[in-house]
Amino acid sequence: MARIIKKELLNENVSRLTVDAPHIARAARPGQFVVIIPREDAERIPLTIADADVAKGTITIIFQIVGATTTVLDSLPEGAEIAHLLGPLGTPSHIAKLGTVVVIGGGVGIAEIYPAVKAHKAIGNEVITIIGARNKELLIYEKELTAYSSRLVVTTDDGSAGRKGFVSDELKDIIASGKKIAEVVAVGPVPMMRVCCETTKPHGIKTVVSLNPLMLDATGMCGVCRVTVGGQIKFACVEGPEFDGHQVDFAELTARLKGYKDVEKQAHDHVCRLLKGLEK
Amino acid sequence: MAEKKKRLHMQERTAAERVRDFQEVPLGYTPEEAMAEAKRCIQCKNPLCVKGCPVEVKIPEFIKLVAEGKFAEASRKIKETNALPAVCGRVCPQEEQCELKCILGVKGEPVAIGTLERFVADWEREHGKQEPRRSAAGSRVAVVGSGPAGLTCAGDLARLGYQVTIFESLHVTGGVLTYGIPEFRLPKKIVDLEVEYVKTLGVEVKTDMLIGNVYTIEELLKDYKAVFIGSGAGLPKFMGIPGENLDGVYSANEYLFRVNMMKAWKFPESLTPVKIGKRVAVVGGGNVAMDAARVSLRLGAAEVTILYRRTQEEMPARIEEIKRAREEGIVFKILTLPVAYHAAEKGWVKEAECLQMELGEPDASGRRRPVAIPHSEFRLPVDTVIVAIGNSPNPLIPMRTPALKTEKWGGVIVTAEGLTSLPSVYAGGDIVRGAATVISAMGDGKRAAKAIDRLLSPVKQ
Ligand SMILES: Cc1cc2nc3c(=O)[nH]c(=O)nc-3n(C[C@H](O)[C@H](O)[C@H](O)COP(=O)(O)OP(=O)(O)OC[C@H]3O[C@@H](n4cnc5c(N)ncnc54)[C@H](O)[C@@H]3O)c2cc1C
Ligand SMILES: Cc1cc2nc3c(=O)[nH]c(=O)nc-3n(C[C@H](O)[C@H](O)[C@H](O)COP(=O)(O)OP(=O)(O)OC[C@H]3O[C@@H](n4cnc5c(N)ncnc54)[C@H](O)[C@@H]3O)c2cc1C
Ligand code: FES
Repeated sequence: MARIIKKELLNENVSRLTVDAPHIARAARPGQFVVIIPREDAERIPLTIADADVAKGTITIIFQIVGATTTVLDSLPEGAEIAHLLGPLGTPSHIAKLGTVVVIGGGVGIAEIYPAVKAHKAIGNEVITIIGARNKELLIYEKELTAYSSRLVVTTDDGSAGRKGFVSDELKDIIASGKKIAEVVAVGPVPMMRVCCETTKPHGIKTVVSLNPLMLDATGMCGVCRVTVGGQIKFACVEGPEFDGHQVDFAELTARLKGYKDVEKQAHDHVCRLLKGLEK
Repeated sequence: MAEKKKRLHMQERTAAERVRDFQEVPLGYTPEEAMAEAKRCIQCKNPLCVKGCPVEVKIPEFIKLVAEGKFAEASRKIKETNALPAVCGRVCPQEEQCELKCILGVKGEPVAIGTLERFVADWEREHGKQEPRRSAAGSRVAVVGSGPAGLTCAGDLARLGYQVTIFESLHVTGGVLTYGIPEFRLPKKIVDLEVEYVKTLGVEVKTDMLIGNVYTIEELLKDYKAVFIGSGAGLPKFMGIPGENLDGVYSANEYLFRVNMMKAWKFPESLTPVKIGKRVAVVGGGNVAMDAARVSLRLGAAEVTILYRRTQEEMPARIEEIKRAREEGIVFKILTLPVAYHAAEKGWVKEAECLQMELGEPDASGRRRPVAIPHSEFRLPVDTVIVAIGNSPNPLIPMRTPALKTEKWGGVIVTAEGLTSLPSVYAGGDIVRGAATVISAMGDGKRAAKAIDRLLSPVKQ
């Protein structure tokens, strides 16, 4: 059990929870995640640890409401108990003093890059942050990230805020400007990560991506999270979720993320019906 | 003469009835049946059966008590050395252990030791009194994993007066007993009660705690005088053939985890789905393969086929489970090796490409090596493939504990008493042996508990 200390809506589809979990806050490192079972009958879903406060013993998670279990999680109010919370999981990011690092976040991935941006800044790297969303309303974490970035660039698909276009357009321009980039970190939807990798590959710029395959136990026991990296099977929950993006088989990842779409809708409908019933 | 009598077999539900639900297949003995079977035991002076038991259950003694109708006393006798009799009575391979050594087996059928153990444990559960909860005051010991190895080690240490905390990474206790072995073979109610029993001995259980990530072994040693690692063989093996990452190809662990642990059989009331379609192929010939196949039938698959590259004789599964699987209508395609999977348009698996095999010379394991017959490829239409070719020791703790020595294949290296390469750190069960058995994991847990007691209470010895 873990108590929700604070709940905030960042936009209509994204919520932020501060959760009491001293043992996780103490051990958490950038790049790691938790598994949450919001209610006993719900799924085990993985969510990135977006921040950890060791002194207060709390962690922050930021999630987009996309299906059944995130809907259930979002139905829990401040003060409620999450049935199960397990973490930190996965292998931490490799943070070293490198020079200039470009950190890119797309969609809810914007919140997921926060620990990496902070850590790269703390170790003395120059951090250029690029964040992208479909439109202005969906942008999150601009202020928080600005505090730790030497430069922060916003892109939106429709141009309602910042540059009109994709995060990769900005990345291309930075590369074209001749700026020496030691590493790129890209976190977000699969197509975004794939395009970022295609952009950097011809220039030989190391690119780290955080993969989001389906997960179940998230402790290395089931293999549903398997991804092909450099021709080899890796279990993303233990060996990842971060990998060298130039080695990742994105086509396979995309196909494996679709496997349950149809039945997930069924679960979502079921949950929505139940929650509606409760409201009455 | 008593020993001439025929062994009494348990009544079973019919195949037609049982494939429609997840309830247990055998029905167990009635008290009368148990007493009659117990009377077949000739009470050997030098009982070989006990030597066949990894935890040395006092077999003739408990059977004598059963024959006399003293079921509560029989239960206490078993529990002197075995904390999980209701589990062992159901899933131990008795035919390779105690019953294999039974003298009656030389000319006829051995005493049904496993069934008697099961009867006693079930009787106790229904009629026995709960022991009062105990609290301990001795040194603190940490146990990693709540499978049979961890539960046994924790229970034994608690009985010796230690303060024991179990750390379990999953949200439910029991290890494979909970997430792997299905309900119809081992009801979860029984596993829960066995865990409850260990708690009444004073053991504290913390779930959702992945050791290695939350606390390292070194960190545990700051708060605990000794650590026992019973983290099991959780890492599923794959064959590395084309198409194995297609949608619809599961590891047996994933499949069974979805069904047993996350209760996918009552989706969408429980939110974790499982998709199987009509035709299921299960690759492998062990208990895990049989379980996956029989679960598939119960989830409504029309046709379930086991693909095994050798013959039934070489199958590692218990004979009893193979028999039940056959009765339930599972098709056995022996001497068949999948070499690739092919997808339908949407990326979901559609066909398993297989080779026909024949048996050649014996290999290192002494079993005849399967050899492919040239040009024997054929394609089997499937909607689901379940890969059940084995599990390796869980690599997480060794990964996070560089000083912990392991074999090349991943098993943690231990001494005869279960001590690892780290002082005060013991290990046992599948993390040491690779995928083995419930009872050998329990034996390891016991042995380590004794060694930990010697380490922490040298004066007693
Ligand atoms: C290591 C890791 C870290 C993650 N961190 C975050 C985070 O910080 N914030 C956040 O909002 N989400 C994060 N995700 C994704 C999150 O786990 C999924 O959105 C969630 O599991 C969906 O659950 P659901 O039951 O609500 O939706 P479902 O009904 O399961 O799915 C709804 C839709 O989302 C898709 N989906 C399901 N699982 C995933 C997934 N793992 N990745 C992408 N799409 C998925 C489905 O295909 C479907 O289209 C992370 C995933 C991983 C693997
Ligand atoms: C489907 C199936 C059917 C089987 N059928 C039989 C049978 O009929 N008879 C038989 O004798 N044997 C059978 N076996 C084998 C038997 O179940 C195992 O040998 C036995 O459970 C091993 O016990 P264990 O305690 O070593 O490990 P496990 O039962 O695997 O338990 C290990 C526990 O440790 C936890 N853990 C792992 N890593 C960590 C960590 N880092 N931190 C905290 N906790 C952790 C795991 O979550 C798990 O709960 C079967 C196995 C399977 C998979
Ligand atoms: S989620 Fe099960 S092994 Fe990674």
